[in-house]
Amino acid sequence: MSPADFDKRQIINDNTVKNITRVEELGYELTVDEVMTHTVKTFDVNIKMSEVLEISRQEHISGAPVTKDGALVGVLSMEDLIRCLYVNDLDAPASKYMTSELITVRATDPVVEALKIFVSTRVGRLPVLNKNGELEGILTKGDITQGLLDALQQDYASEELRKYRASHLFEDIESDRSSLILRYNIKQGDFTNGGAASSNIKKALLRLGAAPQLARRCGISVYEAEMNLIIHTTNGGVIRVEIEPHMISIRVVDDGPGIEDIALALKPGFSTASEKVRELGFGAGMGLVNISRCVDEMVIKPSLENGTLLKMRIYLDQSRIGAIEPD
Amino acid sequence: MNLEDIVQKLDLTLITLSKDLTALTPSNGYASDLLSCVMAGAEENGIWVTLQAHANIVAVAALLGLSAVIITEGAQPDEATIEKANQENITLLTTSQSTFHIVGKLWEMGIRAF
Repeated sequence: MSPADFDKRQIINDNTVKNITRVEELGYELTVDEVMTHTVKTFDVNIKMSEVLEISRQEHISGAPVTKDGALVGVLSMEDLIRCLYVNDLDAPASKYMTSELITVRATDPVVEALKIFVSTRVGRLPVLNKNGELEGILTKGDITQGLLDALQQDYASEELRKYRASHLFEDIESDRSSLILRYNIKQGDFTNGGAASSNIKKALLRLGAAPQLARRCGISVYEAEMNLIIHTTNGGVIRVEIEPHMISIRVVDDGPGIEDIALALKPGFSTASEKVRELGFGAGMGLVNISRCVDEMVIKPSLENGTLLKMRIYLDQSRIGAIEPD
Repeated sequence: MNLEDIVQKLDLTLITLSKDLTALTPSNGYASDLLSCVMAGAEENGIWVTLQAHANIVAVAALLGLSAVIITEGAQPDEATIEKANQENITLLTTSQSTFHIVGKLWEMGIRAF
């Protein structure tokens, strides 16, 4: 069964939609022994059905493996008990009513293997065997659900913790001026990874606790700069994002070929992109225009000898808007 | 108005992983094949109609937080693009109809420009 088949068999609701891929992954990552019930109540093969009834009632169990001299020989379920009650045969031994066609699962199997069995058979519980074939635990669909939920909760908690740690970074580290610098090397012509740096920056900002609107502005401006490096440079370039509590400074540098006419480059609709690149939907001549819309300050230093330097700033505190300091 | 209604009415094909489309409710629409125009003009939670089908449409949709992309004129994204869209939780829909046709239908259904 492929992950896609597994996907179709799940009951999907709004809340699980966003975790669906993760749940699928967990089906493969988690092993049966991580989610099964370890302490197994077993019935001896010779026990009377009346005792099975009594024990089941007292211990709130709806079924258990049946053993003979410690080895697994069958499974007794509530259904078997009802069949026995129906004919009023409570003096019979467990062996008479148990299901002796054994469907088992190995402790080391991924949970998805057990799910396949639950889907393709009508069994409600699976005895779990260790590598020597000995009974090690019991697994129900409920165990799997609980195991997946626990694992998702852990995932969620670790993302929350990361977010918490990241968003307190600036409070926890004392200095006169703290900043976090992210660098991304962009290769010329690498359209396949176009947008990777900008989406990573957007994610980093959200993790740091930035407002979604700010992360979006930053994402758009870095995307345009990133695509410019991919489309227009000779050797690609570097994007450097400096994050401070009060502002985000972005520097984009490349080593050529430089911009011949900067006024023209800033004009909406002007582009030097090749026909091939335009076919991909780039070269609208809106890149720098978009950047200037998204950032509070933008400075572009074109030079035909040394390539282009693009500096952008986004202020978190709007009162601090001022000229970019020369460096 | 949710995406499921739109998919049904316009006979669109979902090419990313199946999900509950009734939970996605596009609030506006935008049509262009120039990515920078989309960057400038498309709004969050919107639906974008284009005939571009390469991987960068996913990056654009993800950065803008769009609810879905409708790829027109029978253009088909490659496997890598679909995979990337699944990772970024972007919904990709395809149709053999033209952009003009799809936009017209969306307008009829009440989807407006931002």
